[in-house]
Amino acid sequence: MTEMQEKLVFSRPESVIDRPTHYCPGCHHGIAHRLVGELLDEMNLAENSLLVASIGCSVFLYNYLDVDAVEAPHGRAPAVATGVKRARPDNFVFTYQGDGDLASIGMAEIMHAANRGEKICVVFVNNTVYGMTGGQMAPTTLIGQKTTTTPAGRCITHEGAPIRMAEIIASLGGVAYAARGSLDSVKNISAAKKHLRKAFDCQLNATGFGFVELLSGCPTNWKMTPVQANERLQNEMIPYFPLGVFKDISEEGGIC
Amino acid sequence: MSRIEVREDRCKGCLLCTTVCPVDIIVQSDRFNVSGYKVVEVPEELKAKCTGCASCAMICPDIAITVYKTPRKKGGK
Repeated sequence: MTEMQEKLVFSRPESVIDRPTHYCPGCHHGIAHRLVGELLDEMNLAENSLLVASIGCSVFLYNYLDVDAVEAPHGRAPAVATGVKRARPDNFVFTYQGDGDLASIGMAEIMHAANRGEKICVVFVNNTVYGMTGGQMAPTTLIGQKTTTTPAGRCITHEGAPIRMAEIIASLGGVAYAARGSLDSVKNISAAKKHLRKAFDCQLNATGFGFVELLSGCPTNWKMTPVQANERLQNEMIPYFPLGVFKDISEEGGIC
Repeated sequence: MSRIEVREDRCKGCLLCTTVCPVDIIVQSDRFNVSGYKVVEVPEELKAKCTGCASCAMICPDIAITVYKTPRKKGGK
């Protein structure tokens, strides 16, 4: 009797391929992949989606999400996505980029794609280091954080201050939605999913550019256990990178 | 009784699920999986306490946890 009443309340979304990931234990990329997969399922977009993958730990994203994908050169995902969206305006086009990719080498591409108001979505995973290449300083590395290229900790006079991308993107004209979420707790993961849904909606309604920054942990390169990395995210990253929505014109009916 | 199923071949032993469980029933086991990670488990004697809230599955980066929920019967347990 009880067996019959049992309900499946949580399982793998269909858009996420059933395959072990190459990520380190405790890496939040897996959570971000799952949120994107859940939304593709819930919004019925999987068949119609074109993913533009980036360089970084997320380089093999096309192995994990069951959508058609284009692999872009380092940092150039927004530029490639611009072309993809203009050639295939009826498809849902999104990029998935890390902070070394988007905020450093790809700064020009993201700024101009956002400023032009391309009808694409950008999922930006910020873990404050270059993960794949071994933990070098990224533009988002916090002051005092030790990395392989800043062994004494990032110094504001030498290396400058960490870039807050969501705020910068929110200040640009073509942007419909810019928000920052975090993947450290159940509550923040639910909020992050709402941000992603809004950003996806902005493209579907042709309102403009959607940008969601997701704060994430990198236990390996922070030289911490996954649980410690989660605590660092809560205690050090969230105070510097405040969570919330920085721009939302989806209610106002678009930019043009 | 609600329950969770942990796919041991996918678990990487990060223990994030143990930090979010509201009834603290998920613990690290003594078993290693094929990749050499020490997997998590719910000990037999604690299984009845699972509420089926799916917090562990929400935070699992490897989608290793499936959650089944059984609604409580009215007027009894």
